[in-house]
Amino acid sequence: MLAHPDLTTLIFGRLTLESLPLHVPIVLGTFAVVALGGLVLVAVLTYFKLWGYLWREWFTSIDHKRIGIMYMILGFIMLLRGFADAIMMRAQQAISFGDNMGYLPPEHYDQIFTAHGVIMIFFVAMPMVTGLMNFVMPLQIGARDVAFPFLNNFSFWMTVAGALLVMASLFVGEFARTGWLAYPPLSDIASSPDAGVDYYIWALQIAGVGTLLSGINLLVTIIKMRAPGMTMMKMPVFTWTALCTNVLIVAAFPVLTAVLALLALDRYAGTNFFTTELGGNAMMYVNLIWIWGHPEVYILVLPVFGIFSEVTATFSRKPLFGYTSMVYATVVITVLSYLVWLHHFFTMGSGASVNSFFGITTMIISIPTGAKIFNWLFTMYRGRVEFEVPMMWVLAFMVTFVIGGMTGVLLAVPPADFSLHNSLFLIAHFHNVIIGGVVFGLFAGITYWFPKAFGFKLDPFWGKCAFWFWVVGFYFAFMPLYVLGLMGVTRRLSHFTDPALQIWFVLAAFGAFLILLGIASMIIQFVVSFRRREALRDVTGDPWNGRTLEWSTSSPPPKYNFAFTPLVHDHDAWWMMKKHHYQRPLDGFIPIHMPLNTGAGITLAGLSFVFGFAMVWYMWLVAIVSFAAIVVVAIAHTFNYHRDYYLTADEVRRVETSRTELMARHV
Amino acid sequence: MSSHDTQHAHHDHHGHDDLGIHATFGGYMTGFVASVILTVIPFWLVMGHVIAKSSTAAVVILALAAVQIVVHMIYFLHMNAKSEGGWNMLALVFTIVLVVITLSGSIWIMYHLNNNMMPLMNPANLP
Repeated sequence: MLAHPDLTTLIFGRLTLESLPLHVPIVLGTFAVVALGGLVLVAVLTYFKLWGYLWREWFTSIDHKRIGIMYMILGFIMLLRGFADAIMMRAQQAISFGDNMGYLPPEHYDQIFTAHGVIMIFFVAMPMVTGLMNFVMPLQIGARDVAFPFLNNFSFWMTVAGALLVMASLFVGEFARTGWLAYPPLSDIASSPDAGVDYYIWALQIAGVGTLLSGINLLVTIIKMRAPGMTMMKMPVFTWTALCTNVLIVAAFPVLTAVLALLALDRYAGTNFFTTELGGNAMMYVNLIWIWGHPEVYILVLPVFGIFSEVTATFSRKPLFGYTSMVYATVVITVLSYLVWLHHFFTMGSGASVNSFFGITTMIISIPTGAKIFNWLFTMYRGRVEFEVPMMWVLAFMVTFVIGGMTGVLLAVPPADFSLHNSLFLIAHFHNVIIGGVVFGLFAGITYWFPKAFGFKLDPFWGKCAFWFWVVGFYFAFMPLYVLGLMGVTRRLSHFTDPALQIWFVLAAFGAFLILLGIASMIIQFVVSFRRREALRDVTGDPWNGRTLEWSTSSPPPKYNFAFTPLVHDHDAWWMMKKHHYQRPLDGFIPIHMPLNTGAGITLAGLSFVFGFAMVWYMWLVAIVSFAAIVVVAIAHTFNYHRDYYLTADEVRRVETSRTELMARHV
Repeated sequence: MSSHDTQHAHHDHHGHDDLGIHATFGGYMTGFVASVILTVIPFWLVMGHVIAKSSTAAVVILALAAVQIVVHMIYFLHMNAKSEGGWNMLALVFTIVLVVITLSGSIWIMYHLNNNMMPLMNPANLP
């Protein structure tokens, strides 16, 4: 690589004008639209002089609530990108039969399915799950912020830097064409010499730093910062699931970091960890990445189980059925999730004893999950169930997720897996559990906690539109894939010869179109709710008659969350407080110690983006300089002693009094 | 969980950090000497070819490394079964469980892969 180290290659590496997609009309068109949209956004922000506000109040904010909201916005923007990929694939597969080659060339199609998987898992589901935990969990445990507020801001911006790197690959160079886990030998330097896999590696490494640090942060917060009286078995279930998820993150993500580092060494330094020479073994990559990959599934779904628990209890007007069993089921899943990873590669060549061991552990893990389903059902049983939008998502989840779970147990049988492996049946299964579980749960959580975050409810009419389009669209999009998978159609194909299959793909494309309408309804819902915010205003802070501590604060909560740290006597702390006619303290406020905003997080993440981009394109000089800059900024930040302040008692009194007056006006 | 922890959770600990029971000069020296000994022995084993069979030597060195980890945790990180209200111990047990699962599982799986290859392709059967 350094054969002719002239100045141009030292600065630009292998990046040339050829790397820009000037000859691919689809990408060029997308680029034009994105660039135009970006320009309009910049112009609007400049016109309304919002840059200073955004920088001071949001980008540099270390308030866990604002960081949580920014995570959600990142997740939603990336959902649009990931869904654009999805509908392009569905359109291609619906028309690409016989002589018709469709509109996407294979090398472009391969990038799309890779980007779709990477984006949906790492930059949609993960930020949304982390965002909800960030926003809700400290409020639920009666804390004023997370344990390490600056680290929280830094983690968020590292995730953004990773997402930006994936987005950059759309317009500069190309993305990986390897599938979302980039198995070698396809992802090694001989088979994928271009920049695609390097974008993949560096995007995930940079975002992974953010995920790991945020995991440690939230874990410490739950263990160290619960309100007095809140013992482990009095924590809200969402906090319990957040605890287990962050334990999983802390234990699993280092494995991903290590395996990607080894792949990077193979590609950059000529090592042979995953080649077929000198003792290397590509199977080891598959083994290691699934040791991360399977817990990752539970990292996504556990917090969502927590959301369902909170929503079901609130809208059934009953305490959650079987709190203890729910907690134990969560903990059991946490441990068992480390014992099943081989079911992702039954066909790799292991013998009967290995396959049956992992097949059985996989079937066992469905037991605690099934227990959870029954707990939710029994919570609803004889409850006064109110069919608000969050509860509707819960019901759709329960039906859909059970179907996905059953096809999962089917795939856990090794002999069945040998014929279903890598088929569309598998694709249908995991979309069934990820959309029917994680995505529906996130939407339930967003609708449920939106008034807490912004002070007004989401418009229910457009919420119901989104709900029906999404649910019906999901069934249209993925049930045909089960059929196709049973007929033996494999995944990741951009062209088919058998015309008898086409009708199923057309149905699936129609489903994707319905989901598009669902996403459009959500965007309309946000706009309509914002415009009708006075009518939808929540002045009580407790719009759903909730049970946990976050509903004791105003909507949106003050910067300091709680003027006084609450005392907890039982689970469903806020419910108990309401039952005992709790009176808000109106006087006697004391100054509150608060962290100061800092720009160090966004600076470090920006430098990390430059570093990642430089590594992708072999710009060694830029890489060295940006890495040195990261170290310097990080060290300089440790000398910043001006990082906290006291909110005066008068200020606290002013905020609390304005809330008292607001509530008095609306009695 | 005491209210003290809650109140001070946001604060920088201005030098009054609780260093635990082993934070003494003697404790650090014990840890240092033990670490040196545990580092010198593996060097000696390798440089002096003391153990003939390399796989046995590897096992002995790994065992010494494991002891070294424990020495660091006790004398340098001041951890014991009761520190942080037992959370350290719980985290340690959990870590050990996962590391054992990961390592033994990976070795079992990878060994099995070779075992099931066709005789001609099995590296063990190559000339």
